[in-house]
Amino acid sequence: MKLTELTIAAARDGLAAGEFTSVELTAANLSAMENTRDLNAFVCETAEKAQDMAAASDVRRARGADLGAMEGIPIAVKDLFCTEGVRATACSHILDGFTPPYESTVTTNLWDAGAVMLGKTNMDEFAMGSSNMSSYDGPVTNPWRAGDDGAKLVPGGSSGGSAAAVAARMAMGATGTDTGGSIRQPGAFCGVVGMKPTYGRCSRWGVIAFASSLDQAGPLTRTVQDAAIMLGAMAGHDPKDSTSVNESVPDFEAALTGDIKGLRVGVPKEYVVDGMPGEIGELWRRGVDWLKDAGAQIVDISLPHTKYALPAYYIIAPAEASSNLARYDGVRYGLRVEGDSLQDMYANTRSEGFGAEVKRRLMIGAYVLSAGYYDAYYLKAQKVRARIAQDFHDAWETVDVVLTPTAPSAAFAQGEKMDDPIAMYLNDVFTVPASLAGLPAISVPAGLSSDGLPLGLQIIGRPFDEETMFRVAGVMEREAAFTAHPMTGEA
Amino acid sequence: MSKLLKGRTGDWEIVIGLEIHAQSITKAKLFSGASTAFGAEPNTQVSLVDAAMPGMLPVLNEESVRQAVRSGLALNSKINLHSVFARKNYFYPDLPQGYQISQFESPIVGEGELEIDLADGEVVTVGIERLHLEQDAGKSLHDQHPTKTYIDLNRSGITLMEIVSKPDMRSSEEAVEYATKVRSILRYIDTCDGNMQEGSLRCDANVSVRRPGEALGTRCEIKNLNSFRYLRQAIDHEAVRQVEILEDGGKIAQETRLYDTAKGETRSMRSKEEAHDYRYFPDPDLLPIDLSEEFVARMKATLPELPDARKERFVTAYALSPYDASVLVSERDTADYFETVAAGRDSKLAANWVISDLFGRLNKLTIPVSASPVSAEALGELIDLISDQTISGRIAKDVFSEMFESGEGAKAIVEKKGLRQVTDEGAIRGQVQSVIDDNPDKVADYRGGNDKLVGWFMGQVMKASQGKANPGMVNKLLREMLSA
Amino acid sequence: MSLDKDTVRRIAMLARIKVPEADLETMAGELNNILGWIEQLDEVDTDGVEPMTSVSDFRPELRADVVNDGGDAERALANAPENANGFFVVPKVID
Repeated sequence: MKLTELTIAAARDGLAAGEFTSVELTAANLSAMENTRDLNAFVCETAEKAQDMAAASDVRRARGADLGAMEGIPIAVKDLFCTEGVRATACSHILDGFTPPYESTVTTNLWDAGAVMLGKTNMDEFAMGSSNMSSYDGPVTNPWRAGDDGAKLVPGGSSGGSAAAVAARMAMGATGTDTGGSIRQPGAFCGVVGMKPTYGRCSRWGVIAFASSLDQAGPLTRTVQDAAIMLGAMAGHDPKDSTSVNESVPDFEAALTGDIKGLRVGVPKEYVVDGMPGEIGELWRRGVDWLKDAGAQIVDISLPHTKYALPAYYIIAPAEASSNLARYDGVRYGLRVEGDSLQDMYANTRSEGFGAEVKRRLMIGAYVLSAGYYDAYYLKAQKVRARIAQDFHDAWETVDVVLTPTAPSAAFAQGEKMDDPIAMYLNDVFTVPASLAGLPAISVPAGLSSDGLPLGLQIIGRPFDEETMFRVAGVMEREAAFTAHPMTGEA
Repeated sequence: MSKLLKGRTGDWEIVIGLEIHAQSITKAKLFSGASTAFGAEPNTQVSLVDAAMPGMLPVLNEESVRQAVRSGLALNSKINLHSVFARKNYFYPDLPQGYQISQFESPIVGEGELEIDLADGEVVTVGIERLHLEQDAGKSLHDQHPTKTYIDLNRSGITLMEIVSKPDMRSSEEAVEYATKVRSILRYIDTCDGNMQEGSLRCDANVSVRRPGEALGTRCEIKNLNSFRYLRQAIDHEAVRQVEILEDGGKIAQETRLYDTAKGETRSMRSKEEAHDYRYFPDPDLLPIDLSEEFVARMKATLPELPDARKERFVTAYALSPYDASVLVSERDTADYFETVAAGRDSKLAANWVISDLFGRLNKLTIPVSASPVSAEALGELIDLISDQTISGRIAKDVFSEMFESGEGAKAIVEKKGLRQVTDEGAIRGQVQSVIDDNPDKVADYRGGNDKLVGWFMGQVMKASQGKANPGMVNKLLREMLSA
Repeated sequence: MSLDKDTVRRIAMLARIKVPEADLETMAGELNNILGWIEQLDEVDTDGVEPMTSVSDFRPELRADVVNDGGDAERALANAPENANGFFVVPKVID
């Protein structure tokens, strides 16, 4: 088997057994990156750094030093993470040339666990998008195609580059960030596992902010087990992030017992939207059957405010973003476009520096917070958010996890939905509720559409109970037996 | 004393509310570990958080919370056990985040009140609306380059306590007294050094005028007054300006104004104001502050005796006049100094020496009492010499001057210069006798009924003794011998 | 609630984004479209509901009052588009 086809778990065993070195594993991934540049998944390749880190890992291993959970495993990093001495631009023109003199906590944790950095991945500008089309570095092409002569498809977003890189076997795993679905939806579109932990599980320090009350880092991997391993290395309390929870990180991998007998799985009746292809509903029903067959108890539940999650999200996230992105003013870093006056310089810089979708959200954000509209929009949205969180809270009385589809469609063509923001927003209709409630959720590839494109199912867990969520996801993965491969076409 | 302003068309009442921005005494900033020391090279006290680098997050300094709670307690105000940080959004180059982290709907300290003493003895109660925590901005330097503004972020993120009063003041005197009292209290409890020159304490004044008894008029906010003198001048000028407009039939526009210290007038900053819509919302990077009653009680226990209580004690324990007591307690150092001097001594004498002699000198040279060349112990020694009649009060003044100049002790000066008072009756009697013998005309005059001449004889004898003769004894002997 | 051109101009100014006069109408239409969709929130009964500002129900450790950061002007200025004599530099501010 090619080294790039290995899972993190298998590579870990192979490295431990001395079957290959991290340098070899890393070289294989670097060469895959080179051969697959046309996907535009990476915006920055750090080959030299990768080789150095891999060599250092091999030395540690040879010395018999304490090895980390990700020892020698090459991974990709979303461009939203600040990486010391390596560009971090959130794929925005406004951060042109920005090279942070600091390293985010999550990536620091990964390097401390022995992981090797391959490069920075493409994404929607400032993580605002569901197609990766808003990147200043250009779109990412999904490694999957609908048939041989199908159009180029989007990988989903905003962690589109990360999902594509993992799916196309360029990286064994990748970091993503999820504000309203930005890990899970591209995971589903690219046929990989995408996992967003409980809000507060991973530090946000050094992650370029989009919407602070929602942003969470998480892994994109090819298996549930890999996601458990990688999350274990990313998570942990960080005193530099006031919203990072001071709880010990469980052994997520150990939670994958394969046994879900007696677990109660909630199936919410509201996760249906107009125009949703029938095959999504069918896959969902199959998912229910798999879990039932594995011994879980299926419980029909209601999460009555589900349909209001998306509009509430499109007030809260832009409001926070409009404030978070005020720091991009051409004064201390990034792009500056000169003007006749200071005000001119501000407006020129921000008008040229931000893309259309970002500007649209900044405008909405400024509007919903402005005098006279705050109560009607922002405050209302926060109250609706409380309602949505309460729905889940009530559900946990009767169920242990909730099962839903991840997205209402499979990957769509590049350029589609570009002139209809709301249609684009609807991609996140099933992922946003868990984001607003701060819950852990994972998308597992569960089947193919009639066009041969991957579809995902989502498992939402209780706050800080990623273990149960992983356990169910592991069983789902086993039952779904998703083996389709975007590059070889093998199913 | 009438506080009303006389206009052409009748009397006007001035209504004033103050916002005091007090820099909290902390080593590090409100949300970062950068230093707050004054006067450093530009941008050397700037963390990545203060520079609002991408992905940086604020973490609240526990000392800032303690200082705010202690200040609230000392200002007789309610501590809110639950408070929330909010973002105040606006663009300015010395505001790196593009928002100031402040508190809006839920400040850490709520309502309270302070009593202030006016010079004529009137006591006025001023309500406090709130005290909230917020970040200071950086500094913009407009005079370094003809077409550029230079930005120094050293001050960016330093803890400020904004103390907002109710519109309870009716004259610039009241405003200055209130601000002075707030400053005095904060200095007492070491939460703000009150240094206005360094910008540790700044005032914004909200000023409006109205006919006595009528509803509140439209107010203007005068920004960034960095001395009490400017505070007084700005309020007085602004009140007159508003009255003139109203008496000419005009209307006051609610706006922010700047006091031009050179021209002695306020001018509009309206151009800036129009653009503002601060879009406050709770800061999602910070969780609310929840304090326990127990914590508040612990903070209360850290407070020293406050000026009001100390003043009361000075009046009862030291039998001082309320005025003297209030002068002495205005600064903690001064009150401490006085208490050291007064310990075991005549407290009125001590108060007189501290207030008239010591303060007179120190104020002239603008030296703080903490840097006085005459320590409290040294002044005490001097007073002891007066009390045990080693020297006279007159000589003591000279000794004090000498102490102030040279820093030498009172005893040493007295010994060195031979200033010890003469109390040997025989010696004094001899000096009195020579003065009597040398001035037969004056003696006759006195004996003829001109009693006032005793003062003149007194002067002659003291002069002859180089001031060292015990004045009581001289007086006694003079009367006795002149009548003989 | 519907946005007009003046409102779009005002919020563009608040956000420091230039919207050319000719685009104001289109932008207003786009934003109205989104806001119209958002307004379905009015259907939700939120009487007596406390607004949710955070999902975190714990209270974090606070920072000790210790100076452990800053002290490096070069680091602060390293990415600045313009700097001089240790200062960030911007076009002159006219009050």
